Amino acid sequence: METLLQQIVNGLVVGSVYALVALGYTMVYGILGLINFAHGEVVMIGALTALQTLLILMGVAPDMAPLLKLAIAVLVAMPVCMILGFLMERLAYRRLRNAPRLAPLITAIGMSFLLQTLAMIIWGRNYHTFPQLISTTPMQPIPGVFVTPVQVAIVIVSALVMAGLILLVTKTRLGRAMRATAENHRVASLMGVDTNAIIGLTFIIGAGLAAVAGVMFASNYGIAHYAMGFMPGLKAFTAAVLGGIGNLGGAMLGGIVLGLVEAVGAGYIETMTFGFLNSSYQDIFAFVILGIVLIFRPTGLLGERVSDRA
Amino acid sequence: MKKTGIAIAIMGLGFGLMSGGVSAADMVVKLGHVGPLTGSISHLGKDNENGALLAIEEYNAKGVTIGGKKIKFEIMGEDDQADPRAGTTVAQRLVDAEVVGVVGHLNSGTTIPASRIYHQAGIPMISPSATNPKLTQQNYAGVFRTIANDVQQGGAIGKFATGALGAKNIAIIDDRTAYGQGLADEVEKSAKATGGKIVAREFTNDKATDFMAILTKIKAQNPDVIFFGGMDAQGGPMLRQLKQLGINAKFITGDGACSGEMLKLAGDALSGNAYCTQAGLPLDKMPGGKDFKERYKKRFNLDVQIYAPYAYDAAAAMIEAMKVADSTVPAKYLPALKAINFQGVTGNVAFDAKGDIKEGAITVYQYKDGGWNPVP
Repeated sequence: METLLQQIVNGLVVGSVYALVALGYTMVYGILGLINFAHGEVVMIGALTALQTLLILMGVAPDMAPLLKLAIAVLVAMPVCMILGFLMERLAYRRLRNAPRLAPLITAIGMSFLLQTLAMIIWGRNYHTFPQLISTTPMQPIPGVFVTPVQVAIVIVSALVMAGLILLVTKTRLGRAMRATAENHRVASLMGVDTNAIIGLTFIIGAGLAAVAGVMFASNYGIAHYAMGFMPGLKAFTAAVLGGIGNLGGAMLGGIVLGLVEAVGAGYIETMTFGFLNSSYQDIFAFVILGIVLIFRPTGLLGERVSDRA
Repeated sequence: MKKTGIAIAIMGLGFGLMSGGVSAADMVVKLGHVGPLTGSISHLGKDNENGALLAIEEYNAKGVTIGGKKIKFEIMGEDDQADPRAGTTVAQRLVDAEVVGVVGHLNSGTTIPASRIYHQAGIPMISPSATNPKLTQQNYAGVFRTIANDVQQGGAIGKFATGALGAKNIAIIDDRTAYGQGLADEVEKSAKATGGKIVAREFTNDKATDFMAILTKIKAQNPDVIFFGGMDAQGGPMLRQLKQLGINAKFITGDGACSGEMLKLAGDALSGNAYCTQAGLPLDKMPGGKDFKERYKKRFNLDVQIYAPYAYDAAAAMIEAMKVADSTVPAKYLPALKAINFQGVTGNVAFDAKGDIKEGAITVYQYKDGGWNPVP
């Protein structure tokens, strides 16, 4: 029983990070129909920028409270990633908005390589130790189930950020403009919505979320590296598809479900298949679930049927 | 300038003599050395090259006469950048330059593809540091190594776990790479053979950072010892997550994570419960280690990194074999190299039928006082 509960805790933590990254994919897809494969790299840039900030802070003000340091690092990483997100859209994707679908897709993949290489040039090939400023000493809320403060922080921060985003999209003028742009650019612009600004803003918000996810990821594992964004990016994209790409609630649900499926799958796949499959199939297991969901619900868990996008 | 001129002249003369087959007073014999001289492990590559260089300089100073001619050995040093493709390119360059033997390469990944080129050219090679079993499993006659391979390492880890650590239940994780999986398989075999029970065999990959799911599963099996076959980039976070899950089992890992980098990445999760192994002996424990350390320091004004003594013994093995065979021709001295048996810096140098060192030593290290310390 403790093992199952522990696996659920593991899954929730990983799933929260996936969900936060998945939101970036899904927002961009919802508005542009573009899969921004470079989004995982924004996560990485966020983590490494925060690391750089922390290193500087530790040199300048070693006595500063750890949480304050982390807060400053996040506040530096977010604008850096937001600018990066904006520039990506402005320089790489805007010109291709009316091009055939494959062109922006390939551009996104190229952007991903470009960012990885740039990060490698700036931060080197080595793995960096990310200072764990939130305690990682485990607590046992239920005997036998270990939870660390950093894990609790990850789940809470993700939940708050996601709630804020939902409020933004559903309750504000800006959110209405975003939804209008998602539905139809041209009509939205005829109604007086500055669609270019809205699209730019979508990238900026997504990149800001990615920065937060990057810092959380690095704090949890105590590690940062120029290639660290690739796998979470891929998983988050999967989560977005699982939940129904283009749908905000779906991205969150998809992220959590994917995290849980991975953790529980890795823990029980061997018992369930009587030793035929083992934990090296952890990733495949997640994709099998994705396949099954898509067979029965081609638009994902919460996806709606939408007419073909421009 | 003048010196290089003379060296080139001598080399030219050497070539002339070799091709002409005319006997004279001094003959230049070239040995190749390959290791990464650029990139992140270039310090190790240079260390190997210096080891080989020290060996030939000492033989030159003593004076070696083979086939009635006084021999002057030279090292032709090449850089493979730890890259398999560059490795085969420079291997071909050495073959074209007609070296009579090669000390190198440093990494298993570069040594294995390069060994084929040396094999086809009939040039013996001895790696001072490539530990992957596949290198000698190719059954190439002229391929040797002076360092213990991963079969020996895995065997030693299994025995250490069940013996010194008294483990009954052992969990094994590997990263599904040739290295990690190969090592883990050997640990499993050896642990089983010495009375251990494998309670879990889990897998991850060499890009993963999250091991919570497999570690949680392992925790339920309550192992005494957890072995991880893989690199430090995974080993460090894994050790942190062990602590986060409150797992108190002892943790052992192989040479891939037995590094200073591992100390950084695992941080405060390290304790006396963490062990790792390295092929070979620490310098102070080698039979000729202390003396070698001083000679090396005197010659290069540098400290020995890791494998220089093994490179020294590799070069020495070739020269000893040439002396026995009384020939510097690869085909003629190769049988003598197969049968070589002499006391080197690192211990007794003798190869088995495959070309592996016969008495390959493995050292177990334990985390203590901020570093890896050899377990006595």
